[in-house]
Amino acid sequence: MSANGSHTNDYVEYAPGYVDNEGPKIVTSRFGYEDSHTLERSLSTGGYDGLKAALKKNPAEIAQEVKDAVLLGRGGAGFPAGIKWGFMPPVWPRYLVVNGDESEPGTYKDRLLMERDPHQLIEGCLIACYALGLNQCFLYVRGEMAQAQENIAQALNDAYAAGYCGKNILGTDVGIDVVLHWGAGAYIVGEETALIESLEGNRGMPRLKPPFFPAAKGVYMKPTIVNNVETLANLPWLMVNGADEYKKYGSEKSPGTRMLAISGHVKRPGVYEVEQGVVSFRDLFYGENYAQGIKDDNELKAFVPGGGSAPWFFGDQLDIKIEASEVGPAGSMLGSGAIMVMDETTDIVKAALRLVRFYARESCGKCTPCREGTSWEEKVLQRINDGLGRPEDIDLLIDIGKNISPGTYPVASFGDEELDAVPFPPKQTTICPLGPSSVAPITSAIRRFRGEFEAKIGASALPESRPGGETSIDALEVDA
Amino acid sequence: MTATEPTEATTGIPFTLNGKAMEAKPGEMLIDACERNGEHIPRFCYHPRMKPVGMCRMCLVEVDTGRGPGLQPSCMLTVSPDMVVNTESESTKQAQDGILELTLINHPLDCPVCDKGGECPLQDNAYSYGPGESRFVEEKRHYEKPIPISDLVYLDRERCILCDRCTRFADEVAGDPLIHFMDRGAQTQVNTFPDHPFSSYFSGNTVQICPVGALTAQPYRFKARPWDLAEIESTSTVDSTGARIVLQSSGDRLVRVLGVDSEAVNWSWLSDKDRFGYEANDSENRLTDAMIDNGEGLEPARWTDAARKVATALAAGPDRTGVIGGARLPLEGQYAWAKLLRQHAQIQNIDAQLGDGLPAQVMAGLPKATIAEATAAGGVVVLLGVDAKEELPSLFLRLRHAAVEDGASLIELTPRTTGLAPHAAVSAHPVPGTVGTVVAALADGNLDQAVGGVEPATLSAMADLLGSDRPVTIVVGRGNLAESADFTVDALAAFARLVPSARYLSGLRRGNVHGALAMGLSPGAVDGLDTEGILRGAATGKIDTIVLLGADPLADFPDRALAERALERVDNIIAVDTFLTESGENADVVLPAAGFGEVDGSFVNLEGRLSPLQAKVTPPGQARADWMIAAEVAAATGSDLGFISLEELRADLSASVSDFASVDWDGLATSDDGPVVVTTGDAPDFGDPVVAPSSDGYGLRLVVDRKLWDLGTMVQQSPSLANLPAEATLALSPSDFSGLGITDGTDVTVETRAGSFTVPARADAGVPKGAAHIPFRLPGFDAGSLIDAGVAISEIRVTVG
Amino acid sequence: MSRLSPANEAIAKELLSHYPRAKSALIPMLHLAQEQDGYVANDAMEHIAELIGVTPAEVMGTCTFYEMFVLHPVGKYKIDICTNLSCQLLGAEELLHHAEEKLGIRAGGTTDDGLFTLEDVECIAACTEAPCLQVNYRYELRLEHSDFDKMVDDLRSGKRKDIPDHGTLAKVRQHITADREAGITPPETTGTPAWFTSRLPAEENA
Repeated sequence: MSANGSHTNDYVEYAPGYVDNEGPKIVTSRFGYEDSHTLERSLSTGGYDGLKAALKKNPAEIAQEVKDAVLLGRGGAGFPAGIKWGFMPPVWPRYLVVNGDESEPGTYKDRLLMERDPHQLIEGCLIACYALGLNQCFLYVRGEMAQAQENIAQALNDAYAAGYCGKNILGTDVGIDVVLHWGAGAYIVGEETALIESLEGNRGMPRLKPPFFPAAKGVYMKPTIVNNVETLANLPWLMVNGADEYKKYGSEKSPGTRMLAISGHVKRPGVYEVEQGVVSFRDLFYGENYAQGIKDDNELKAFVPGGGSAPWFFGDQLDIKIEASEVGPAGSMLGSGAIMVMDETTDIVKAALRLVRFYARESCGKCTPCREGTSWEEKVLQRINDGLGRPEDIDLLIDIGKNISPGTYPVASFGDEELDAVPFPPKQTTICPLGPSSVAPITSAIRRFRGEFEAKIGASALPESRPGGETSIDALEVDA
Repeated sequence: MTATEPTEATTGIPFTLNGKAMEAKPGEMLIDACERNGEHIPRFCYHPRMKPVGMCRMCLVEVDTGRGPGLQPSCMLTVSPDMVVNTESESTKQAQDGILELTLINHPLDCPVCDKGGECPLQDNAYSYGPGESRFVEEKRHYEKPIPISDLVYLDRERCILCDRCTRFADEVAGDPLIHFMDRGAQTQVNTFPDHPFSSYFSGNTVQICPVGALTAQPYRFKARPWDLAEIESTSTVDSTGARIVLQSSGDRLVRVLGVDSEAVNWSWLSDKDRFGYEANDSENRLTDAMIDNGEGLEPARWTDAARKVATALAAGPDRTGVIGGARLPLEGQYAWAKLLRQHAQIQNIDAQLGDGLPAQVMAGLPKATIAEATAAGGVVVLLGVDAKEELPSLFLRLRHAAVEDGASLIELTPRTTGLAPHAAVSAHPVPGTVGTVVAALADGNLDQAVGGVEPATLSAMADLLGSDRPVTIVVGRGNLAESADFTVDALAAFARLVPSARYLSGLRRGNVHGALAMGLSPGAVDGLDTEGILRGAATGKIDTIVLLGADPLADFPDRALAERALERVDNIIAVDTFLTESGENADVVLPAAGFGEVDGSFVNLEGRLSPLQAKVTPPGQARADWMIAAEVAAATGSDLGFISLEELRADLSASVSDFASVDWDGLATSDDGPVVVTTGDAPDFGDPVVAPSSDGYGLRLVVDRKLWDLGTMVQQSPSLANLPAEATLALSPSDFSGLGITDGTDVTVETRAGSFTVPARADAGVPKGAAHIPFRLPGFDAGSLIDAGVAISEIRVTVG
Repeated sequence: MSRLSPANEAIAKELLSHYPRAKSALIPMLHLAQEQDGYVANDAMEHIAELIGVTPAEVMGTCTFYEMFVLHPVGKYKIDICTNLSCQLLGAEELLHHAEEKLGIRAGGTTDDGLFTLEDVECIAACTEAPCLQVNYRYELRLEHSDFDKMVDDLRSGKRKDIPDHGTLAKVRQHITADREAGITPPETTGTPAWFTSRLPAEENA
C-alpha cells in the first residue's frame, strides 16, 4: 500500500467534511469509497494486512517499531505512543482504552475515522493489544456519534465472525476482545483519567496524576493505556510499511501525517490529512490544496491553532510549521488538530464568551477553581457582552484566570506590542487542564484586543463618572 | 503500636519545610507531615480517615521535587526524600487567597443563622487565609433550603462547597452510598434518589465532618451556639464497643454528641444511636424521685425510706434473692453493687445478662484480641453469631474497613445474613441448633457432607481460610435469642480444637456488660442462678426478691411469658433505673439513678479496654450515682462499703480486682484510647456438646435477633429516633416461603406451644431453609412471645389463614 | 415510566457480560432505558441499580453527569443546534433564533405537540460544515434557514424515516458470540496471556 492517494476528488461525498488534498494518505486512504466502512472494502484494499504482519513478529518488536516511528499521540498532548506504552509496569491484567470521545471545539477527525474506516481502527486496536500483551480493549466512542457507534458495532460483528477479532485471531492462539463502549455527553471525558472513570460507570471526573497515572493505575486500578483513535489508526500502515518508511513523511520530530480540521472563516473549510512539520499555517489557510484563503478575502484577525483550549495565534504566527514542537514554544498548542479561523468581522468578545461558556458548561465540578471560576468568568463576560460591563471587569477576568492558572499565561508574541511569547503549557491549580483552558480565550482576546472589551463597556449605558471598583451590580441595574 | 501504623522500618523521610529540615514517616501525606511538624495547612475535602480526593484545592502548597517549585495538593502527595515545601511562599498564599475567594462566591452569607457559625472551617480558613472581600457581584446559586435527606439529617445545598466528604463517607466508610453528587459543574449538588432517603445507621457522621453548615442534624438544629457549649470527653454506653465521644451541653442540657478519633476504637465515627441517644436524658419520663408501692401503686417517697426498704428485702436471705442487670451502670456502680450484693448480702444469684448473652466463665476464658488485632491487615475474622451492623455498629465500621481496604477475610457464621455479608469471603448460615456441629465438622475434617444446611463447598472454603497461616480472630456473640447459648459454646469448643491459636473478641452487645462481668455481676460459680434461673425460681415460688439493676426483663428477656410469670409471682421487686420500665412498674421500691453524662465513672468495652465516663450535666431530681445508691443501701443495713468518694471506691476496686490494680484513674480522662485492663481468665469449661433435638419435620426453627432501631428505652425516649424502628415481619427462606403460596407482606398464622399469633411474612434469601427469622422488640409484633427459654430451640409452625 | 422490558433486560444482561465490572455497563444501560422510554425514568434507574448491584443514588449520580440523558419526556425529535465557535462564526446563533421562531419555542423547550425539543448545544464535531445540527444524533450540515424549515416539515410529515425516535443511538449493537469470545479479563485475575509469554523473545522470558 502506498501513502499516495488512490482518489483525487477534492470534496468527498461519502465523508462530508473530508477534503482530499492529494497528499500522502496514511489513515484516509479508503475515504473515497462509499463502502469504506465495510469488511469487504477493507479486505479488498489491504485491510488487516497490518495485523497479519504484526502477528508474524513478536510483541516486543511491534512495540519497538512504534517507538522507532516516533508515533506522536494525536489526542492533544502529542506524547510519543511508544514511550507511553513503555510506562506500563509488568503487571497483568492490563487494558487498552481507545479514546474516541472527541469533543474539543473545532475538532473532528476521529469521528470520520470511526465512521468511514472502523476496520482500520479495530485493526490498530488489535495490533496495540498484541504488542502490549493484553486481551481486552474498550473502544470508547463519544455518545453523540450514533453513526460511528453503528459502523463500529457492525464492523466488530463482521470482524468477530470473520476471525479477525476475539478468540484465535487469524487461526493463531492469540485472543483479544474489543468491546464497543459509548459515552453520553461530557467533554471532560476526553481527558484520559475521566475517560477511565466514565468507563467504570462513574461520573467523568478526572483523577489526580500522580498517583493515578493510567499506565500504572488505570481502569479498575490496573495498568491501562489510553490511546487516541487517530493514533491507533496509524498502526496498520506502520506495520505494513515499517518505521523507516513512516518517517519519510512529516518532519524529523513529528513524522507522519495528521488530520487537521480547518473551520471558521476560510473559503474551503474541511478535514485534511497533512504531513506534520512540513506545512505552515499560511500554507494551510491560503494554499490551493488547502483552505484557499480567508472567507470573502477578508483580513485574518486571529486563529485558534489546536482546539478551543489553545491560546490564540495571530498574523505573526502564520509561518509557523504545523508540528507540536514548533507551536508549543510559540505560546500555544497543536492539540487535537483543530484550527478555527476568525476574520476581521469577528466580534472578539463574543468569540471569547462562546469558548468560555463551553468550559463553564463542561466543567466536571470537581476542583473548586474550575467549577466556580469558569462560571464566574462566563457571567462577567456575558455581562460585558450584554453592555453591563464595568471597567474593572477586564482586570477581574484576568485575575479570576490567575486563580485557575497562576503565573503568566501562555501567549503568542505580537511584534507591534513587543510582547514575547510565553511557551505552553500553563500552570494550574486544578487537577486537569479544563479550567486553565477557559483562560486561553480570555487571555488571548484581552491581551490582543483589549480595546474591543473597553468599547463594549464604554458603550454600555452607564454613568461615565462612575468610580471604578465601587459600583455594585444593583447600581448598574438601576442605571440600566 | 496499632495495626494501621507502618510496620516497615520507620526511617524518617527527610524534607524541607519552610527552610527547616523535617522528617516524614514513610508513606505519609505531605499535609499530615506538615501538621505533625507544626505547620497547619488549610483544607476542606481532606479527612484523615478517608481516601484523599484532592477536590477543594485548599491545601495547595508550593513543592519542589527537583524540577522547580510548583503548586501541589498536599493531601494527595506523599513526602519524597529531599522534597522542598514552602507553605508561606507568595505562590502558596496567592493560591490560598484565590481558592477561598472562589469557594465563597456562591456560599451564602447566612452565618448569623447557621448552626456551623463559630465552629466553621470555612469561616476559619476565610479568616486566616482569605482575601477579606469578594469581587463577586453576580447572582449566587439558589436551591430550596434546607431539604431533609433522612429523618435525622437536613441538607442546605446553597451552603455546600462540594468537598465530597459526606458522599465519600457514605460510600467508603459506611457502605451506604445513598447520597451522591448529582448534575455537573457549577450545578453539582449532593442529593438522594427520590424516595430513597439517606437512612444510614451512620448518617450523623456526615454532619460532624461537613466543613460548612450544609448538613445539619435535626436534633441539634437551632439548639445552641457553638460558643455557648461546654464539653467533656466520655465514652458511648449505647453498646459495648465503647466509642469515644465528646459530650456537649448548653444550659445544663446535653445538646450534642460528637465522635472522637480514638485510634484503638472508633476512628471518630459513631452510629446514630451513639450520637443522638442523648435525647433520652431529657425525656419527661426520667425517674426523678424514689418511689414506694404501699399497696396503692408507686408513690414518691423519701430516699431514706426507700433505701431502708431495699435493705430489708436484701436481708431476707441470699438464696431467695435474685439480681438481674447491671450492664447499664458505670464500672464504679457495678463494683459497689457487686460488693454490696456479694460481700454484704452473700447473694450468688446475680446476672448482668438477661438470657440473651453467653456464659460469663466461657467469655472470660477466651484468649482476647483487641479491635486493632481483629481488624489487622490480612487477617481472618469469623463472625460467630454476631451481626455487628445491628448490635455493634462502631465495630462494624472497623470490620468493614478491614475487609474492604485491608485484605481481611470475613467468615460469616451466623443464623442469617448480616450487615457484613456483602464483604464476607464466606457466608454460612447453619439452621438453629447446628452451629456447633458445623464447626466440629471443620475441626474433624468432615467436609464432604452438608451440615446444618451448610454445603460442602462452603465448609471447604471456611476450612481453607481457617487452615491458612493467617491470624484468626473470632468475634462471638449471641446471634439467636431463640436458640440456647450452649450451641454457640459448642462452636467455641470446636474452634478451640480447630484453630488453637485463634483469639477472640467478645460480641456481647449490652453497654458496660464487660465491666459488669469484670466486677463479678455474674452467677456465682457455686449454685448461682442466671437470669433464667432467677425468673424460673420466682415463677415457682423459690425466689422472693428480685432486684432489677437497670434491667427490664419483661422487655429484654427473650421468653416474655416466663418473665411475666416471674414478676407476677415474686414478692418484692426493687428497681434501680433511669426510667420506669414496664418491669419497674411492678416494683415495690424504685430508686432513680443518674444516667449517662450525669455522673463520673468508667467503662469497660468489649476488648476489656477501660475508658472514662464523665459527667457534663446534673442528674434530674433526686437521681444519683449508682455507687452512691449501693452505699446508701449498705448504710441502711447498718454496714459500710468502705468508701464515701469515687476516689476511695477506685482505690478499693484496684485493691480488690487484680486486673485493675495498676490503673491510673486520674490519667484515664486524658488518655487517648484507654488501656486494655481485663486479662484472659482461666481456660473456659465448654462442657459436653449438647445434642440438638430433632425437628418434628414441619416446624421451622426460630431465629430472633436484634435491630439497631427497636423498642428499647433509649430509642423510644429519644424523640428523633423513636419512629425509626421498622415493623416486624417474619422472614422465611424463599423455598419455605414459596410453599405457602402467598405474596410478601401477607399475614400468616404462627403457632407455638404457647398459642397462635398473626404476623406478616416475606421471603428473604438471607434466611436458611428450615428457619424463620423475626427481630426482637420491633413494633407490630413481640417476637418474645414466640420464644420458650425452656427448650434448646424454639420452633414455630407457619400456616396461611 | 417503567422498568426495562424483558427484551431490554436481556440486552442489559448482554451488556453486563462485556465488562469485568458490572458498573461499567451503566452508561450503555442508561442509553437502553432512554431508547425504551425516550427518557431515563426513575423506575428504570432503580431497575438498573438492581441489575448492577449499586444504589439508585449511584445510578442517578452518573446519569445526571451526562447531558445526553434526560430525566423527563422530551420531543420525539430532539434538535441540537451547535453554537460553539466555528458554528457561531458562520451563523449558528442566527440559525438558532430562526429555529426558535419556526418551532415557536425557546431553546430548551418542547413544542406543544410533543414532536420537537430544541437545544443549544456544544460542539458536535462537524465544525467545517457549519452551521450544523443533530436531530436525535443524526447530522444535518451546512444549513440554510430554508434547509432547516424543510427538515422540520419533513419530520412533521413523517418523510424522514432515517431518523429514529429520541433515545435510539446506533441501530446496530455489538454481539460477541460465545464461540468467538476471547473472554473478559477481571481485574482480579493474574498472569500474562499464554500467547504473549510464548511469543516474547527468550531473554525477556527469563
